[in-house]
Amino acid sequence: MSELALTAKDLKSDQEVRWCPGCGDYAILAAVQSFMPELGLAREKIVFISGIGCAARFPYYMQTYGMHSIHGRAPAIATGLAVSRPDLSVWVVSGDGDALSIGGNHLIHALRRNVNLKLLLFNNRIYGLTKGQYSPTSGQGKVSGSTPLGSVDYPFNPLALALGAGATFVARALDIDKPGLTDVLRRAAAHKGAAFVEVFQNCNIYNDGEFDYIREDKDARTYLAQGEAFGETGIVHDESDFATAFALAQLSWEKDGVVPLGVFRDVQRDSYDELVNAQLANAGGDGDLQALVGSGDTWTIG
Amino acid sequence: MGAKPVEQLESVVIRFAGDSGDGMQLTGGRFSSETALSGNDLATFPDFPAEIRAPAGSLPGVSGFQLHFADHDILTPGDRPDVLVAMNPAALKTNLPDLPVGGTLIVDTDAFTDRNLKKAGYDASPLEDGSLGAYQVHAVPLTGMTVGALKDIEGVTAREAERAKNMFALGLMSWLYGRPIESTLEFLQTKFAKRPEIAAANVKAFNTGYAFGETSEAFSVQYEVKPAKLAPGRYRQITGNVALSYGLIAASKLSELPLFLGAYPITPASSILEELAKHKSFGVRTFQAEDEIAAAGAALGASFGGGLGVTTSAGPGVVLKSETVGLAVALELPLVVIDVQRAGPSTGMPTKPEQGDLLMVLFGRNSESPVPVLAASTPGDCFHAAIEAARVALTYRTPVYLLSDAYLANGSEPWQIPDISALEPIEVEFARAVEGETFLPYHRDPETLARPWAVPGTPGLEHRVGGLEKANETGNVSYDPENHDLMTQLRAQKVAGIAVGDQPVDHQEGADVLVLSWGGTYGPVHAGVRRVRAAGGKVAHAHLRWLNPFPRNLGDVLRSYDRVLVPEMNLGQLSRLVRAQYLVDAVGYNRVTGKPFKAGEIADAVEALL
Repeated sequence: MSELALTAKDLKSDQEVRWCPGCGDYAILAAVQSFMPELGLAREKIVFISGIGCAARFPYYMQTYGMHSIHGRAPAIATGLAVSRPDLSVWVVSGDGDALSIGGNHLIHALRRNVNLKLLLFNNRIYGLTKGQYSPTSGQGKVSGSTPLGSVDYPFNPLALALGAGATFVARALDIDKPGLTDVLRRAAAHKGAAFVEVFQNCNIYNDGEFDYIREDKDARTYLAQGEAFGETGIVHDESDFATAFALAQLSWEKDGVVPLGVFRDVQRDSYDELVNAQLANAGGDGDLQALVGSGDTWTIG
Repeated sequence: MGAKPVEQLESVVIRFAGDSGDGMQLTGGRFSSETALSGNDLATFPDFPAEIRAPAGSLPGVSGFQLHFADHDILTPGDRPDVLVAMNPAALKTNLPDLPVGGTLIVDTDAFTDRNLKKAGYDASPLEDGSLGAYQVHAVPLTGMTVGALKDIEGVTAREAERAKNMFALGLMSWLYGRPIESTLEFLQTKFAKRPEIAAANVKAFNTGYAFGETSEAFSVQYEVKPAKLAPGRYRQITGNVALSYGLIAASKLSELPLFLGAYPITPASSILEELAKHKSFGVRTFQAEDEIAAAGAALGASFGGGLGVTTSAGPGVVLKSETVGLAVALELPLVVIDVQRAGPSTGMPTKPEQGDLLMVLFGRNSESPVPVLAASTPGDCFHAAIEAARVALTYRTPVYLLSDAYLANGSEPWQIPDISALEPIEVEFARAVEGETFLPYHRDPETLARPWAVPGTPGLEHRVGGLEKANETGNVSYDPENHDLMTQLRAQKVAGIAVGDQPVDHQEGADVLVLSWGGTYGPVHAGVRRVRAAGGKVAHAHLRWLNPFPRNLGDVLRSYDRVLVPEMNLGQLSRLVRAQYLVDAVGYNRVTGKPFKAGEIADAVEALL
């Protein structure tokens, strides 16, 4: 398997893709498969880890190493892998229920530790696999199978949550916007440490049209650019400034009529695996087990 | 002054008891070290509350440390103390019921103030009301003598001087039993190296206590316990949690796989995390996770990457790990899960031992989810049990539960230092791509039924695993009914077929009663068996290492005795299993007091069956 000759086709597994026809996940899968060869990685060095949910089927379709694990736990499992195998490129694929509800704790701690993981959140604002209950990102008033009178919950803002957890890379993209999504994936892959990417993803069965304002209208897609003012807001974007990223993350279509796409924050900080492995390297790796078991006060009989 | 007469003793049980802040654990630990160095066999039982500092002087705040030492091989920390050192009224009140009539009682009279007496619920001082007439009481103004001895040491506050009273008590006891004191003096210098005045104060307090024993008329004899005749070799003391930690490092070395520990702080397992965190020079990665679930998940992630993934906890944490263990069953990847059992349900009594988690680790998962289970029997045995757990996990690609308990975790015993070069290597072979062959992630080894371990980074073996049911051989997602039945059977057969060796039995000619025990009760149960035999009774004893699978000969063993007694610190978990599996009328002896069994109660239970 020559690394250089890798193409999108080489990253397709032999498993039939079984998302609903028209699901936004297809576009994301295609974008990932077509951009990944440019990383120059051998495919055995790539690992996709997922939890449970529609998005979590993703690893089955990638001809890389993969694990379809437990609802919400993918960041925890991926942390163990990434810290013990820093030679690998480890990607976590999750949905809004998986990452922000049952797995919220693992997500914020992976971000806080800055584990070298690329975390993709396919946000369709609904529970799809369980047939249409509202999710922690569903808007208030959402009528769903479990909220016939409308949800009374206030939703999470995934980007603000990630920023608050100390994420060093935070970005947003749209499922069918291949160039924009590819740009963000490329930046995420290049980032050392935890990279959090929210992908607006349409569930055409249980929450169709959630992002039509930018899916249907390409002109409504507005992108962040470092050092430039964002739209009419007057906010000059600075990826290294927390307050700027946090302010931009508050913008919503419903409230502001504009929603930023692209990289909100990108700062460098030593990653968790680097720090852990540096401590190991400093310790020398020459532990003498016979000396260890015989340490402390000893005495001899006979 | 002439030396006092020396009286020979075969064995002694001493209990140090005081307030949580009185340093009883340190005192007991140092006395144990001195005792170990003098060549006695010994067993210890630290017994302390979960509260770090319960209200001073209160009954719940009492912390105790019992040790038993002898000139012969012993198995337990002793049923009842011969000597009770009580540092305050609360310690006296909670511990006196255990002191046999005629026992020796040493009390700090300075702590018997009106306030402390009231806190302990005494209307009058037991030192003055004649209620201690049945004991040999040594009333010593420990605090006052300590403070007096330290008044000339500069830089030591009154409070700090008072706190050194435990060293006075230790010095006194060290004299009384002729312990070698050099190691304690060295220990104090090292421990307080950053505060030389505190080191000096503690050394002074210790020496003053020692001299007090030598000169005071209150103590007319000194005692001697000759060294025990243990197997020749080099020894040290070890607690169960340290032995477990060393065993895991040894397993890593024997398998040549890096050790990854995922853990979340929990009593009484935290000290495994702390111990392993010290040993980075062995390539050990410790991960203090955000919760128990992540701790298990990260360990499984490390195993997926080709490491030795381990997660440690106690019952309340293990319940949270069950979904990860279930995934490991489906993935068929190695994972060692250590449950240091404590009294429950729920938070229960965090520092107290119990054997209540056996059925949970066997059956506490959704669906048919077989997991091998083994248990350590003594503090030192934790070392070997950890290696065995890792060996099975790695060989059979399966999660393995290793059960310890709060008694083994903190208890210590002399441990013959193992020869590392004599330990059997753990052979692990990762899968490699074979030209022209399709890789089958669920193609099994015909002997072990283990599937190939293909770690990320291996060219040509890219594959996906997951919690969905997999087709036999290919590992692709499958809902085929016959395949699910087959895979369920295969997973069960794999665990049932693990080679665990035949069950050894300590048989006695003519015995028709068998005692069947498991885990941390080995010491008291076997001591109870010895007592029965010493009194002329005939009884056999088998102590299980493996709870799943059971040794293949276990049914034959059980059926070759007329009666089977199963003592457990639960309401009858192993007895339920053997009754169901072997249709034998096993009788339980079940007590859940949060304290280890006493040899005496086991002997009584056996006698009742003879």
